[in-house]
Amino acid sequence: MSDTKKINLIITRQDSPDSKPYEEEFSIPYRKNLNVISALMEIRRNPVNAKGENTSPVFWEMGCLEEVCGACSMVINGKPQQACTALVDQLEQPIRLAPMTTFPVVRDLAVDRSRMFDSLKKVKAWIPIDGTYDLGPGPRMAESKRQWAYELSKCMTCGVCLEACPNVNSDSNFIGPAPLSQVRLFNSHPTGEFHKSERMETIMEDGGLANCGNSQNCVQSCPKGIPLTTSIAALNREATLQSFKSFFGSDNVN
Amino acid sequence: MAQNREFFYRRLHSLLGVIPIGLFLVQHLFVNQFARWGPESFNTAAGVMGNLPFVLVLEIVIIYLPLIFHAIYGVYIAFTAKNNVTRYGYFRNWMFYLQRITGIITLIFVVWHVWETRIAHAIHGTEVNFDMMVNILDHPFMFWFYIIGVISAVFHFANGLWSFSVSWGLTITPRSQRIVTYVTMIIFVALSYVGVSTLIAFVS
Repeated sequence: MSDTKKINLIITRQDSPDSKPYEEEFSIPYRKNLNVISALMEIRRNPVNAKGENTSPVFWEMGCLEEVCGACSMVINGKPQQACTALVDQLEQPIRLAPMTTFPVVRDLAVDRSRMFDSLKKVKAWIPIDGTYDLGPGPRMAESKRQWAYELSKCMTCGVCLEACPNVNSDSNFIGPAPLSQVRLFNSHPTGEFHKSERMETIMEDGGLANCGNSQNCVQSCPKGIPLTTSIAALNREATLQSFKSFFGSDNVN
Repeated sequence: MAQNREFFYRRLHSLLGVIPIGLFLVQHLFVNQFARWGPESFNTAAGVMGNLPFVLVLEIVIIYLPLIFHAIYGVYIAFTAKNNVTRYGYFRNWMFYLQRITGIITLIFVVWHVWETRIAHAIHGTEVNFDMMVNILDHPFMFWFYIIGVISAVFHFANGLWSFSVSWGLTITPRSQRIVTYVTMIIFVALSYVGVSTLIAFVS
């Protein structure tokens, strides 16, 4: 009986960045406890589509297989999520796999998330610890604050929040929720704070913080449960203060 | 210096929606409530408002200029969004979508309303009073157009207060944002009652 049980998948494929996407159906033998990645591996092992025709193996990206690298994000049954933690037994069939639409497709299910890494560079999402001499130990951080910051540091730049956001699209230059939350993370670090005003000025530029329309899809969709909308609202308050300071004048740096 | 104005424009858009446009909307709805006390009360109240000293200056500075900016920039904001409520049917995403829809409906309504009660009045010299409103609302189509227009405007204002409080960083925590959701929806229901009961008073 279990021999006849199948897993049906409909995969949106694309041969190259510029070619047209098309759908291809696959039917693979059922096994217990598969995740979407292992289903894709099964197709790769035997690249035959549901019609029995030989086809090219489906291409996708993966890294850690434990939902910390963010590489295998794709749209699974309409919801952007990681393929590694999407369990076949919990998914409605046929399972529809498609690349995220916010990013340029490289091939099949693999997308180019460069814009997110560019945003992280733009907002200086790091802590400046390098110097031409030993800078010594930095200030200590309260344990309670460290635990709070750890939640924000779980961001794996997977792109799900950008995919879910109605304001991140080809008509808009919005950088999206993920890099904004990283600004809050690094601004609250005692050493990261050195770049605080630079980061604030950057996210107050075009395509920054102000483009958030509060649909709050990001916080609903984030696989790591990062309080993205809380971060954005907190940055809104910071930006209000910063704009008053820079308009009415202040000698204070930061 | 056309660059990096977005932050300023967005914040200005948010501010103008509350002060002065939102305040004007509330004032306007309340003054019109006099219709429920009969034509004389309404005409007296509307007469006071329409004959305020420097009324044209007040209208331009407090209503027309802020409204024109809010409307034009608002249309730009509405059309840069790619709505996805079918895929992400969360409450806030619906509110985001409704905010944009009611904004567009309100714009159409307000353009018509300003034409009818201000520009046509200036050109043709028609009297702006209780009878004029009775004549307009006599047509069932116009009555429902006004009902939809008023409810859209009130929703856009009430939900706009919620976005205002987030955009300016007044409410940060999910709990505070939830409480403000309840408060703004109570404001929506209350002001809808004020607006709709006024419209009904004109036709009954």
